[in-house]
Amino acid sequence: MEAIGLWWIGEREESPGTMEHVRLHVARALALPALVLEGPERPTGTLDPRRQQHSSARILEWLLRARPEGRVLGVTDVDLFIPVLTFVFGEAQLGGRAAVVSTARLAEGAPRDPRVRVERLAKEAVHELGHALGLTHCPDIVCAMSRSASVRDVDRKAGVLCRDCRSRLRDSTSGAEGA
Amino acid sequence: MTAEKTRVLVVDDEEIVRESLGGWLAQDGLQVESAPDGPAAVERMKGEGKWSILLVDLKMPGMDGIQVLEEARRLQPDAAVVIMTAYATVDTAVAAIKRGAYDYLVKPFDPEELSLLIQKIVSQQQLVHENAVLRKALRREYDFHDVVSKSPAMRQVFELARVAAPSGSTVLILGESGTGKEVLARAIHEESPRKEAPFVAVSCAALSESLLESELFGHERGAFTGATARRKGKFEAAHGGTLFLDEIGDVSPKLQVDLLRVLEERKVQRVGGNEPVDVDVRIVAATNRDLRQAVAAGKFREDLFYRLNVISIQLPPLRDRKEDVPLLVERFLELLAVELGKPLTGVSAEALAALMAHAWPGNVRELRNVLERGAVVAQGSVVQLEDLGLKPTAPAAPGGKAVPPSLDEVERRHVIEVLSYTGGNVTQAARILRIDRVTLYNKMRRYQLRD
Ligand SMILES: Nc1ncnc2c1ncn2[C@@H]1O[C@H](COP(=O)(O)OP(=O)(O)O)[C@@H](O)[C@H]1O
Ligand SMILES: [Zn+2]
Ligand SMILES: [Zn+2]
Repeated sequence: MEAIGLWWIGEREESPGTMEHVRLHVARALALPALVLEGPERPTGTLDPRRQQHSSARILEWLLRARPEGRVLGVTDVDLFIPVLTFVFGEAQLGGRAAVVSTARLAEGAPRDPRVRVERLAKEAVHELGHALGLTHCPDIVCAMSRSASVRDVDRKAGVLCRDCRSRLRDSTSGAEGA
Repeated sequence: MTAEKTRVLVVDDEEIVRESLGGWLAQDGLQVESAPDGPAAVERMKGEGKWSILLVDLKMPGMDGIQVLEEARRLQPDAAVVIMTAYATVDTAVAAIKRGAYDYLVKPFDPEELSLLIQKIVSQQQLVHENAVLRKALRREYDFHDVVSKSPAMRQVFELARVAAPSGSTVLILGESGTGKEVLARAIHEESPRKEAPFVAVSCAALSESLLESELFGHERGAFTGATARRKGKFEAAHGGTLFLDEIGDVSPKLQVDLLRVLEERKVQRVGGNEPVDVDVRIVAATNRDLRQAVAAGKFREDLFYRLNVISIQLPPLRDRKEDVPLLVERFLELLAVELGKPLTGVSAEALAALMAHAWPGNVRELRNVLERGAVVAQGSVVQLEDLGLKPTAPAAPGGKAVPPSLDEVERRHVIEVLSYTGGNVTQAARILRIDRVTLYNKMRRYQLRD
């Protein structure tokens, strides 16, 4: 199976160690190959001037255009929103190619410790890619696929998939191989 | 996890809101649908099935969120309605809670707030559902086969029926038309060791004397014009089981004699035949007439009356056990939902109040008919007052009860009862009544109990 592309598309520079950490974590949790993409392009036209936040739906559209093939997770530092909600940690096309996750809200409660933020980022990366691979939310609150509506929810998760989600993922990825 | 998915309806005129909110909720495994305006939402609520949660935008052109809320209270009373509002109109949303909204959310709302609210609603509804299942199971324990009731008077009826059922004795069921005499007869059959054998019902009022005769006893070929083939009667058809003789008070004097003979000899003779056939049948008879009075008036054979009246059960009219109305409503709606293939869940509060207030001269049968009409007419899953087409009952006394009898009437009925108890023996009756024989004779003359 083709490797999942992980792409830093944030405004500031991110330390190279962060993306590598996310890559290792994602590859292990999803049992799929992953690689860090390098590319200088950045999304445009995603900022809502009134809310001063970026539309996660627009970023997904941009990612699909910028990477015409393969699965891609955009990692950013801009604050993401969907209409009606104040923010989202990330978003994905359910069973689709693109996903996005943001660090903007992940430092909450632990601003000085960068490791906390990176751990949370890795978990949410697994979560959004899980959606892109067809998984829906899981009722098991320590599973990476359980809903995270706050950083408390994120911290409660183990960052890996529960057994049910793992077998669901196996079924869907092996099915995709044959097709 | 429950088998049924929680159904959520998102009502908002902005497509982007419907899409993003719908997508967010769908990720939690909820079944999400949406409507772009109030009228479309009302259509969805009238349609198939129950909604658990409605997320309704307050400000929409045409029909606003409050109007949608009001329709939802009527059409989907169990659904939790959450009003979505902009900051400027929070006051209106707060006021909506007084009108039955579950809660409100100020747009844009926090993901955690939405998540917790949905979780709270789902778990509360699950609790309500589990309670309802539990209550239903408890109620079933009170039921006697298909006879539904929780009233004390009926509890006695059930007790008596439970004792009578296995004995095989003849049972006489008394009660106004529509009080459930036939369902009770079936229940007695079901409770008896004869339950694997047939239960056969005959209405003695519907047929002419000769037709009823051949219906009950059968006929040989050529027994009368039209008897082109030999036919078994209901007694034979019920062999090993139970024969329900409805409207026994309407049987002609000649047939009373025939019936008495069959009951005594346990043999029937087909019309036009001469070989008696053995029958093993348990008799349950019923009537809405006052049989004792018919005996006293010489219209019903006393010996037959005693044969039938081994165990007698009196079914109270529905107006004297109004507490059964909600239970019966629930049971009939369950049956009608299946019959009509409609997802009926209940009647509105107004409708139930009207059903409780009605006097029900036609008893449970009338209630069933009224509900059937309502169920057919109803839009959505809840039967409304208008659907029932209830007409106020003609002059009944206040409180819907029948006018109580006069003292004379009570005395007359009591004298009849005691006389039937003593088999017409005046001396014995006078002793029971603690009056002398002359006084009793005078009363009998006065009430025309003897020529
Ligand atoms: N207690 C009850 N529980 C459930 N259904 C009842 C009850 N009483 C009457 N019914 C229903 O009402 C209708 C009339 O009952 P029925 O037994 O035919 O009355 P009756 O023989 O006294 O005229 C039937 O459809 C019957 O199933
Ligand atoms: Zn998710
Ligand atoms: Zn899981």
